[in-house]
Amino acid sequence: MKAQTGTSPVRRRVLKAAAASAALSTIGFPGIVRAQGTKLKVGVLLPRSGFQGLIGQSCQKGADLAPGVIKEMLGVDIELMNADTETNVDTARTRAERLIQEGAHVLVGPFDSGGAAAIAQVAEQRGVPFVINIAAAPQITEQGYKFVFRNFQTAPDIVRNGLALIGDLFQASNIAPRTAVFMHVNDTFGMAMAKGISAFMGRLTQLPFKIVDTIQYDPAARDLTVEVSKAKASNADFLLLVCRLNDAIILRREMVKQRWNPMGIVSPGSPGMYEEQYFKTLGKLSEYSISNVPWYNPRAELTKVVEKAFLKQNPKDKLVFNGLNVGFTFEAILVAADAFRRARSTDAKTLADAIRQTNITSKMMLGGPIKFNEKGQVEGIGSACVQNLNLTPTVVLPAAVATAKPVFPWPYYKA
Amino acid sequence: MNRRAAVLLAMLAAALILLPAVANSYVLSVATLILFFAYTGQAWNVMMGFAGQLSLGHSLYVGVAAYAAAGLFFHFGIGPWAGVWLAMLLCTALGAVIGFLAFRFGISGVYFALLTIAFAEFTRIGFDHIDWLGGPGGLFIKVEQREHMDLLDLRGPPQMFYYVMLALTAGAFALCAWLLRSRAGYYWQAIREDEQAAQALGINTFRWKMLAMVLSSALTALAGVFFAFYYNNLFPEQIFHISRSIEIILGPVIGGVGTLFGPILGAAVLTILADSITELLAALGIEIPGVKQVFYGVVLLAVVMFLPHGIWPTLARKLGLEGRD
Amino acid sequence: MPIELVVNVVIAGVLTGLVYGLMALGLSVIFGVVRVVNFAHGEMMTIAMYATVVLFAALQLDPFLAVVPVAGLFFVFGTLLQAGVINPFITRPEHSQFMLLVAVAIIMVNGLLMVFGPDARNVQVDYQLESYAIGPILLDKARLYASAAAVAASAALFAFFKFTRAGKAIRACADNYLGAKVVGLDVKRYYALTFGLGSACVAVAGCMMILLVDVSPVLGPAYTLLAFVIVIVGGLGSMGGALLGGVLIGVSEALAGLFITPSAKSMFSFALLILVLLLRPQGLLGRKP
Repeated sequence: MKAQTGTSPVRRRVLKAAAASAALSTIGFPGIVRAQGTKLKVGVLLPRSGFQGLIGQSCQKGADLAPGVIKEMLGVDIELMNADTETNVDTARTRAERLIQEGAHVLVGPFDSGGAAAIAQVAEQRGVPFVINIAAAPQITEQGYKFVFRNFQTAPDIVRNGLALIGDLFQASNIAPRTAVFMHVNDTFGMAMAKGISAFMGRLTQLPFKIVDTIQYDPAARDLTVEVSKAKASNADFLLLVCRLNDAIILRREMVKQRWNPMGIVSPGSPGMYEEQYFKTLGKLSEYSISNVPWYNPRAELTKVVEKAFLKQNPKDKLVFNGLNVGFTFEAILVAADAFRRARSTDAKTLADAIRQTNITSKMMLGGPIKFNEKGQVEGIGSACVQNLNLTPTVVLPAAVATAKPVFPWPYYKA
Repeated sequence: MNRRAAVLLAMLAAALILLPAVANSYVLSVATLILFFAYTGQAWNVMMGFAGQLSLGHSLYVGVAAYAAAGLFFHFGIGPWAGVWLAMLLCTALGAVIGFLAFRFGISGVYFALLTIAFAEFTRIGFDHIDWLGGPGGLFIKVEQREHMDLLDLRGPPQMFYYVMLALTAGAFALCAWLLRSRAGYYWQAIREDEQAAQALGINTFRWKMLAMVLSSALTALAGVFFAFYYNNLFPEQIFHISRSIEIILGPVIGGVGTLFGPILGAAVLTILADSITELLAALGIEIPGVKQVFYGVVLLAVVMFLPHGIWPTLARKLGLEGRD
Repeated sequence: MPIELVVNVVIAGVLTGLVYGLMALGLSVIFGVVRVVNFAHGEMMTIAMYATVVLFAALQLDPFLAVVPVAGLFFVFGTLLQAGVINPFITRPEHSQFMLLVAVAIIMVNGLLMVFGPDARNVQVDYQLESYAIGPILLDKARLYASAAAVAASAALFAFFKFTRAGKAIRACADNYLGAKVVGLDVKRYYALTFGLGSACVAVAGCMMILLVDVSPVLGPAYTLLAFVIVIVGGLGSMGGALLGGVLIGVSEALAGLFITPSAKSMFSFALLILVLLLRPQGLLGRKP
C-alpha cells in the first residue's frame, strides 16, 4: 500500500483498518488476546440484514440489554460479540466459525431454522456450546448433539399449545364454532405447523370444529385475492391462520375488500399479527386478531426488570411489540451467564455441562423452569393467547396471567 | 504454458494442499467456500465458454443433485459415492433436455438464459411440494460426531471436506485444461468464434454444443452432492433460488469467462472481498444493514465496466504469464 | 365451485394483469429497441413505488397525481442511465450486460434498504379498501382505477410510437439498426430516449402498483422475472402483446391458484414461459424475427 503524505487522520485510520483486517482475515490470527477469566464472551448471531432483518434487529435489542441486567442480577460480566448472519446459511456458518476463532465462549442465536442447523454443526464440531433463542424446526434437537441447546418450543409443541389455547378461548367466550378454514404459508414454518395440526386435530376433544378447507399459499405472494376468495367461499365460521407478517397484512386487507367477516382470525402459533408493523399498517383493522404464541409473563418480576432496561435503551419503542424476540434472546444469554456463574470457568466443555444442569425458575417467558432434557431441549415452555386490543398485543389467556378478557367473536361478525 | 506460469501454479497447488495445517477453522471454512464456488463456476464456465450458452439457472443442477444424493442417503442409507451416480445421471439428463430444447428450437442468448431461469424456478416451487423430500421444511441428513473420518459416507472433520473440494476443483481444472487443448477444444473455439463458419467446415455444432451442456451439468452435479453432505440440510427455497445461480456465475464473470483460471480467481477475490468489507465495516463501527452489499455492488459494477474480460487476463499479462490461457 | 368465485377471481386476475402489463411494457420497449437485458427492471419499479410513498407521506399526494413527477423523474434518470452507463454495453456479450445490470440492481436494492429500512411501506388512500358490488361480483376500487390508468398509459405510449416523428424514428432504429444509421438517424440519442420512455413507463406502473402491493426493498427481483415472462409470452416489441401477456399471466395464476394449490401458482407462469419459448418464441403477438 503506497504511503501518501498528508493523508487525513480518518483516511489513515481507514487504511490501517483495511490493511489490518485484510491481513488478519487471511492469516487467521486468533484475534486480539484479551484478559482471561472474568468475562464471558457471548457470540450473538442474528439476521440483521436480508429477508429477516427486521426480526433480527428486534432480537438484537434483547441481546443489547442483557449485559446490564445480568450484571445486576447475577454479578456476572458479559461481553457481546455481534455478528450478522444476513439471513444466509453460508454466512451463518462462516460467521460462527469466525466468532469462535475470535474467542467466543458460547454462541447464541440465530432466529431461523436453516441458520440454526448450520451453526449447530459448527458448534458441535468445535465443541462450543450454542444456545438457540428462536428456531422451531424439531430436527435440530434430534441430531444427538451434545453442545446445542434450545430454549424455545419446537413446531409440534407450538401447535399443541396453540390448539389447546383455542379450546380455552372458546370455553372462555362461551361459543362453539363448528367449522374453520385453515390458511397457511408454504414455508418451513408453515408446513411444520400444518403437519402438527393434522397430527393433533384427531386427538384433542375440546376442539369440535372441523376444518372445511385448507389453503396453502406462498409467503412471498403479493396478491392473495384468490386465496381469500376461496376461504370466503368455504363459509367457515372462523379463520385458522398460520402466517408471517407481510402476508398477514395483505390477508387482512383483502378480507375487508372482499367483505368477508368470519367470527375472527385465530393463529395457533405464528408470527405476524402481534408485530408492530401489523398495527402501524392496518390501524384499527388490526384489532381483535388472535395469536397463540410463546410469550412473556406480563406479571413476572424479571419481565418488569427487562422492560425497564428495554425502555432505557429504546425510549421510542415498546417491549410488547418485541416481546417474543427480546424475551427469548435475553433468556438465551441468561442461560449462558447462569451456567458461567456456576461453572466459574470459560472452558467450553465445562460450560456445556453447566448448561445441561440449568434450572432457572425465575424467568420471563411463560412456562415451567428452564431445564434442558437429554436432547438439549427445554420442555414445558408455555404459550399465551395474545389478542390485539387497543392497538396493543394483550395477553387474554391463560386467565392467571391475563391482563384483559378475550373478545370472540369479534364485533364485525354478524351471525 | 510458460515456465513462470508453471512455477506459480506449482506454488499455488502447494499452498492449497498445506493450508489446513496452518489455517484455523474459520479460514478453512472460508477456503472451502471459495473452492466450492471456484469449482461450480468452472463447471458453469464449460457451458458458457465452450458452448457459448449463458445459463442463469445452474442452481437447478446443484439442487437436483443434492436432493438426489441426500434423498438416497436419508431414505435408503445409500452413501454419497453411490448416490453421486444417480445425481450425475439426473443432471446429465436435465442438461441434455435443456440443451436439446434450446438448440433444436433455436433458442439462444437471453432467451436461453430465461429458459434456464424458468426451469430452475419451476423446479424450486415443485420441490417445495414434494413432501417425500421434506418439502419447504427441508431435508435434514443425520449428522454424526465427526472426530473420525468416514470418507465413505462423507462424514468427517472440516479438513476432509476441504480436501474433497480441493480435489474436485483441481480435477475440474485439469479436465478443462486437457479439453481445451484437445480436438474438442478446437471445435468449441471454432463454434464460439463463428458458428456458421464452423458448420461450413463440416463440424457438427449441435453435437459439440450438446456435449458441453451435458458436461457442464454433470460436473455441477458433483458440487450438489458435496453441498448436501457438507451442509446436511437442504431447503428448496435456498438451493434452487436464483440468487444461488447468480452467485455461481459471479466468480467466472469477474475472473474471466472462458479462461481456466478465471473462475478460481473470481471466486477467491469475491469471497475475500465480501469478508473484508464486513470486517472493515465492523472496524469502523458502521452497522447499517445494506451498506456491505452496496459496496459489493459497486465493486462488481467497476469490474464489469472497466475490466470487461475479467480480472484474470489483465492479471496474467501483468504477471508475464502469457503463452497459454 | 360456485361460479361467482371463479368470475370474481378471473376479474381480479385481469385487472391485476393489466398493471403487470404496464410494467412489462416498459421492459418490452427497452428490450425491443435497445436490445439490452434490463435485469434491474423490477428494482426500478420498486424505486418508483418508494418515490410514491415518500410523496404521499410528505405531501399527501395521491398516487394518480404523483405519476406526473415520478414519471418525469424516471424519464430523466433512464435517459442518463442509458447514455452514461449502458450505452457502451450494447455491443458487449450478454453475460456482461447481465452482470452490469445485476450490479446496478444490487446497488439499488441495498441502497433502498439503507435509506428506508426493511419494513414494508404503503400508501393509505381512502378508497384503498373499498369495492364496488355489482350483484355477487366485487370490484376492488383501487385495482379498477389502477388498471384503467395502466390502459391509458399504454394507449398514450402506443400513440407516441405510431403517430409522432420521434416514435417512428425509434421504431426504425429497432427494426433496422444499420438502415437507421444510413438515413442519418442519431441512434444513440433515440436509444437514450427509448430507455427514458421505458423507465417512465415503469414509473407509472410503480405508482399504480403501490395501490395494490406494499413495497419493500426486496420486491424487485420477483417483478423483474415476472416482467420478462410477460414480455416473452406476449411478444417482444409488441405493446399489445405486453398487455395481453400481463392479463394472461394474471388470469392463469389466478385460475391455477383456484383449481390447484395457490402456493404452486407461479409454477404455471414458468411452465407457460417454457412452452412459449419452445413453440412460439416470438410470443403471442410478436413478429417473427
